[in-house]
Amino acid sequence: MNAVIQYAQHFFDTPVHVAIGAIYGLLIVASLISFTLRKLAPGEAMTELSQRVKSWWWMITVFTVAILTDRVISTIFLGFMSFLALKEYLSLVPTRRVDRPILLFAYLAIPVQFYLAHIGSFGLFMVFIPVWMFLFMPAIITLFGQTDGFLRAVGTISWGLMITVFCLSHTAMLLTFGVKLGHAAGPLLFLVALTELNDVAQFTWGKLTGRHKIIPKVSPKKTWEGFVGGLLTTAAVAAFVGPFLTPMPMLWSAAAGAIIASTGFLGDVTISAAKRDLGVKDVSDLIPGHGGILDRVDSLIYSAPVFYHLLHYFYGVWPAGIL
Amino acid sequence: MSAALRWMFFTLIVRPVLFVAVGIHVRGRDLLPKQGPAIIVANHNSHLDTLTILSLFPLRLLPRLRPVAAADYFLRSKSLAWFATNIIGIIPIPRAGRTNGRHPLEGCCEALDRGDILVLFPEGSRGEPEKLSAFKTGVAHLLKMRPATPVHPLFIRGLGKVLPKDALVLVPFNSDVVIGEQIAWAGSTPDFMAALEARMHELSAQIHVAPWD
Repeated sequence: MNAVIQYAQHFFDTPVHVAIGAIYGLLIVASLISFTLRKLAPGEAMTELSQRVKSWWWMITVFTVAILTDRVISTIFLGFMSFLALKEYLSLVPTRRVDRPILLFAYLAIPVQFYLAHIGSFGLFMVFIPVWMFLFMPAIITLFGQTDGFLRAVGTISWGLMITVFCLSHTAMLLTFGVKLGHAAGPLLFLVALTELNDVAQFTWGKLTGRHKIIPKVSPKKTWEGFVGGLLTTAAVAAFVGPFLTPMPMLWSAAAGAIIASTGFLGDVTISAAKRDLGVKDVSDLIPGHGGILDRVDSLIYSAPVFYHLLHYFYGVWPAGIL
Repeated sequence: MSAALRWMFFTLIVRPVLFVAVGIHVRGRDLLPKQGPAIIVANHNSHLDTLTILSLFPLRLLPRLRPVAAADYFLRSKSLAWFATNIIGIIPIPRAGRTNGRHPLEGCCEALDRGDILVLFPEGSRGEPEKLSAFKTGVAHLLKMRPATPVHPLFIRGLGKVLPKDALVLVPFNSDVVIGEQIAWAGSTPDFMAALEARMHELSAQIHVAPWD
């Protein structure tokens, strides 16, 4: 009992905890708004909104617990997200029966990649999937001897591994920055919270003011007004919270916010293009109101590696590596 | 003793593997029978089909669930026979027909009379992965003997990719199960079989399929 009280007393001692407190504050406000709207104007759109808010409670709670407990648990959690995303992808794309073992290798790359992230082995982390796996998988596919559809198989499997495992594993790599900062989850929380905030802000600005479509053939709801509104909102919030959660000062943080917003947009529409090609609206219906894991992390697929590179190469933070 | 082992096998191994590692999405779960006697009729592409159907029900019904399976395949060795009978809980039926003067479906009738829920795969074997083969009429013969039993059609898609015939390792793919409205005995075998096949095709059309060639 004492331990619980002590934990509660010191909960807001670190910036990460304060930020999480603020996120729950936002969530409560969103729930109240959605509740009021539903009372005032009941309908299908409002039911979907309240379903979405409800799912946000679940996702944020699971994410909070995963990043606040321990870095090993955080990394395993992020690896599991990667696994779910890869599984959704491989379940949707056309595959050949003969490639079944290759898909198993693709899954096995997940623990390796996240282990490399965990030990901060930056060089291996960077080459394991885009060099080793990309050379290894086509070679094994060749040994099966079925050349019909060879390029299609290599292309779809490699790209899936790239976006769902390589790109998303940068979230785990970010945790190694945090080790130096005193709290592991700071930069990761910054990236994930701002990517999701940008999604919501872009959607809201687009709903309220959107007129000029960006790429109507891929995403008919994406407008320039939504994009710019989302970018400015995200950059403003980033400028304010960046100095607490990351090693960057205010201006760098604002720039990081703008980069997260633009790359998040690119991730979102790129996954949309893939979904259009496959003829599906949502990847699955795992998360009510949101779709599948891949629908939720589409923006993160692009924002995670670019934000990581910004911190690493341009701002000059090095991971606390063992190797 | 074996009832406890069966319970543990399904709670600790089968359910986590199927619902976390593989990922099975269930539609129409409330159309499943709440109690026996009843017959579940499903398409068959993988050993996982049986395990999945048995995992859709609440655990208290587990002792009531009896998959009907080929005696020549599942009783071919002592250890497999023990596992199939005690853990999976199969009712073995001889594929060759009448043996020792016993009607091949006698075991099924006894189970239905006890209030059990039978799981039947009218395709007879797992066949080609993810393909629906022609239905055998065994289920109609059983219904002639117990015409009041409700039949619940259930369609599975994806498990034939996860663990096809002859595969040793499981590869995760999101899979779907759709349960349809129950069908009553139509009075004649051809009528019933036609109704059943039509219902199964209806259910299969509800699921998005990624090409698998």
